[in-house]
Amino acid sequence: MESIGVLMLCPMSAYLEQELQSRFNLFKLWTVPQKPQFLKEHASSIRAVVGNAAAGADAELISALPKLEIVSSYSVGVDKIDLDKCREKGIRVTYTPDVLTEDVADLAIGLILAVLRRLCASDRYVRSGAWKKGDFRLTTKFTGKTVGIIGLGRIGMAVAKRAEAFNCPISYYSRRAKPDIQYTYYPSVVELASNCDILVVACPLNEETWHIINRGVIDALGPKGVLINIGRGPHVDEPELVSALVEGRLGGAGLDVYEKEPEIPEELFGLENVVLLPHVGSGTVETRTAMADLVIGNLEAHFLNKPLLTPLV
Amino acid sequence: MSARENVNIPSGNEEEADHRPLVLVHRLPRFVLPFDMRTTFRLLDPISSAADEPPQDFLSRHAPSIRALITVGPAPVNADLLDLLPSVRLVVGSSAGVDHIDLNECRRRGIAVTNAGSAFSEDVADYAVALLLDVFRRISAADRFVRSGSWPRKPEYPLGFKLGGKRVGIVGLGSIGSEVAKRLVAFGCRIAYNSRNKKPSAPYTYHANVCDLAVNSDVIVVCCALTKETHHIINKDVMTGLGKGGVIINVGRGALIDEKELVQYLTRGEIGGAGLDLFEKEPDVPKELFTLDNVVLSPHRAGLTTESFEAVREVITANLNAFFSNKPLLSPVQYE
Repeated sequence: MESIGVLMLCPMSAYLEQELQSRFNLFKLWTVPQKPQFLKEHASSIRAVVGNAAAGADAELISALPKLEIVSSYSVGVDKIDLDKCREKGIRVTYTPDVLTEDVADLAIGLILAVLRRLCASDRYVRSGAWKKGDFRLTTKFTGKTVGIIGLGRIGMAVAKRAEAFNCPISYYSRRAKPDIQYTYYPSVVELASNCDILVVACPLNEETWHIINRGVIDALGPKGVLINIGRGPHVDEPELVSALVEGRLGGAGLDVYEKEPEIPEELFGLENVVLLPHVGSGTVETRTAMADLVIGNLEAHFLNKPLLTPLV
Repeated sequence: MSARENVNIPSGNEEEADHRPLVLVHRLPRFVLPFDMRTTFRLLDPISSAADEPPQDFLSRHAPSIRALITVGPAPVNADLLDLLPSVRLVVGSSAGVDHIDLNECRRRGIAVTNAGSAFSEDVADYAVALLLDVFRRISAADRFVRSGSWPRKPEYPLGFKLGGKRVGIVGLGSIGSEVAKRLVAFGCRIAYNSRNKKPSAPYTYHANVCDLAVNSDVIVVCCALTKETHHIINKDVMTGLGKGGVIINVGRGALIDEKELVQYLTRGEIGGAGLDLFEKEPDVPKELFTLDNVVLSPHRAGLTTESFEAVREVITANLNAFFSNKPLLSPVQYE
């Protein structure tokens, strides 16, 4: 398989790079000085693309790679891939569901606790020496608060299961109510937001869910409400979110994703009721290894004419 | 009987008698009683009431009528204090721990002691999980990284560790420890514990000593009471047993851990990380810890939320009301 050209779109994992390099003819797009030149020279040998949450095979790239057979994403979110175009051209698409579900759900709860209990602010308080001059203030209890989840897929359900262990009543919004689920369903995000203390975004990003957290939802969540985003940056109307936080119209936010990563609105840096993470939802040694193994496993299966491990298209 | 007997009708100008029971507030200057209880009780506070009078004299003067006292924060209740207050029959603790109260002295003198019951338990358990998630997933370190503006320059941030499947050893399976266990089960952790006595109803593996627990754990969560026996229960043998990848979370008391050793183990990389809400000499924190990203530091806040404060105010009020009306106390400390 060493002659098979695989194009990796951006740095994502040294382990994955090594493994791909040892099996295939690996091209690293970010090391290429002139993209058009590179594509002219090598396009005809590239049969696979490896992308992630930050970069995917869009229509332009797919058109430039006539021999493309498979897109293997190092992520569960596939909003950066032109899925319709892949279907049209018979290009397979694989992703990394399940292996990262627990870590993302763990992080959602970690963010809730960090915001409500002011963990990062407290840690700063100690490190700055401020504790010597006085105690930090009281914070807000998590146990028993109502958690509203947008999207009750694998990750949403895992968040619910964890929140239940803290005696949190669970409610949710999704396109349709789920028949065997005991949680309270709301047919709109605004109604969900009006009736929960903590709102968690856990749905896929697509045309319908773009800016699903808008001014109306933020107002409904209110000055005591907390927003947790473990989905995609574009789920949230970011300028609206920032002004709501700065003006105190929203109680707090725990964010792992942003509209224009790695850029983050600087107004958020001064806020104590906000926790900011650099897109680390699946960022554990164990899970990233499992994700890389899935990418490799899917590519090998494809080129050996075996069934794909985790196909989406 | 005649309907014309003289009846003594009080005139409207008489002052109403103050029927509020008297309670002494015993605190260190740094601390204040955080709730207003004056509608129900007449509070005596030697620090704020008597600016010029030495506290000892103030206490001696009022001693005969002081039957109950509330402790705020870690103000010690010991033989010296009790000698000044021979009428005291009730000590009301307002914190989760009672290690600042000499229980033997109280028992010897026939003084009942009440604690905060489970008013703080859920919040402390929440916080233990919070610290654990923070250490494993580097939440505070990553937030620092982002706020320093470093993300655009260093796109790959160091990875954390998966919590699911990890073995968590809980030291002390009381009301706090059992709430911690219940929460961590939902994250896929495997729970074991050490306690003075095995708890037959607990569905977790029991280890008779803390070293055994540590050897078989990836994480140790310390949530037991501080007593003579548990002082420095987390010592270097336990830390060695826990090993290089191991994480320690402390929501009990600072003195449960040999802090000097802990700092050594952390700075030498001989354990994996720590989440610490308490220290041996608060508010002093060993500054060697300030440069470590695998350590999360917290200023003794695990139990303290607006909700738990409301709950503890209710417990304190209920205990005092019960005492002053000769009814059973709500949350008496059981002497062993």
